[in-house]
Amino acid sequence: MIPAAFDYVAPTTVEDALAALAQYGDEAKIIAGGQSLLPVLRMRLNAPEWIIDLGRIESLRGVRDDGDAIVIGAMTPHVVVGSDPLVAEHASLVAKAVEHLADAQVRHRGTFGGALAHADPAGDLGAPALALGAEFVIAGSGGTRTVAADDFFVDLFETAIGEDEILTEVRIPKRTGWGATYEKFVRVAHQWPIVAVAATVRVEGQAGDRVFAEARIGLTNMGSTPLRARAVEDALVGQPVTDDAVRTAAALAADGTNPPSDLNGDADYRRHLATVLTRRAVLDAAGA
Amino acid sequence: MTRISLTVDGASVSDDVEPRLLLVQYLRERLGKTGTVIGCDTSNCGACTVHLDGTSVKSCNVLAVQADGAEVTTIEGLARTVGGDDGLHPVQEAFRECHGLQCGFCTPGMIMQSVDLLKNNPKPTEEEIRLGLEGNLCRCTGYHNIVKAVQHASGQAEVTA
Repeated sequence: MIPAAFDYVAPTTVEDALAALAQYGDEAKIIAGGQSLLPVLRMRLNAPEWIIDLGRIESLRGVRDDGDAIVIGAMTPHVVVGSDPLVAEHASLVAKAVEHLADAQVRHRGTFGGALAHADPAGDLGAPALALGAEFVIAGSGGTRTVAADDFFVDLFETAIGEDEILTEVRIPKRTGWGATYEKFVRVAHQWPIVAVAATVRVEGQAGDRVFAEARIGLTNMGSTPLRARAVEDALVGQPVTDDAVRTAAALAADGTNPPSDLNGDADYRRHLATVLTRRAVLDAAGA
Repeated sequence: MTRISLTVDGASVSDDVEPRLLLVQYLRERLGKTGTVIGCDTSNCGACTVHLDGTSVKSCNVLAVQADGAEVTTIEGLARTVGGDDGLHPVQEAFRECHGLQCGFCTPGMIMQSVDLLKNNPKPTEEEIRLGLEGNLCRCTGYHNIVKAVQHASGQAEVTA
């Protein structure tokens, strides 16, 4: 219940946080909202000697319009992201995923960047970030660099963020007018999804003659990182918005995945679940 | 040790604390505010829910040092937020009226989260109440009267418990 002793520093600028990271090196751990880290520390699965708290760095909070993208500060709490009008208009998939992430108390405290940097394969934000082609802005002593979503998630709890670097913001290309649904399957309330599907689609045509123009689909907990269901995306384009067409495309959802087996279900169960949830998510995102 | 200063239930407090001290431990062990309880080891149960700068958080999942400069309201200070120093907050009253508890251990967290829920959604549906309280676990009642208490507090249900 009680974490091992550590020293604590709460810088007020990114520069000071980077300096603290450089000074304490691998003895330090960054805390954002702490909703994943504090349970880890309490169970003593990790015992860093220094905790660097980003909670006092105001410049890391908020959502802003940046032309063809929206930019979400890494320390923006989930509850703010979930109710932000820019997110709702241009990246509605993110709003949908945040809406039922964990529980209300965790959404008040947990942060967008913290959850992505934690890179839990069962976390709710990786698949939407991947599906939307997000770009991760990472600050280090030599300046900032931008990493594409395809290169950001490296492995279980591992990202492209270096030990001396800090994720400062996430740029999400606008997909205005796209439909979006985050369909997740949980065993009990407020738990991590056994499998979840993040789907966002652009549909063209009039009622009765609608076709998928574009589709982007991310999978949660179907491997050690979030994954794109590219086979489904490709199969949907040009197809009519009908139950049959979506069912046929969604059957490819588990292609190329390597889901875990655990008490909640084995890998085969997850592969099947991915096809079911993909069908539901795509149909719902298309307003069908 | 790190110096922290914050407001808890309307009173200014200041202490030197170990950085690893959890907010819930600070409230209970330093300030004697044992109305806020610890129900689990995993931050699942929500029994320790308090308001930090006006929004609900699980106080086992916040370091006391992170609350430096903040305003904390616990179940013990809830009534004074509506000017009822001697009485109960309307949500506390609703839980009493509807018998929204059995053993009572989850009740402080349930009430603090219900107040937060009603602040954002004054007339929630039953579904919205159940979703809004999903971070709070009750092992006695099956949630039935808890949900009814929140409906009653929002002026939507007659007392039938």
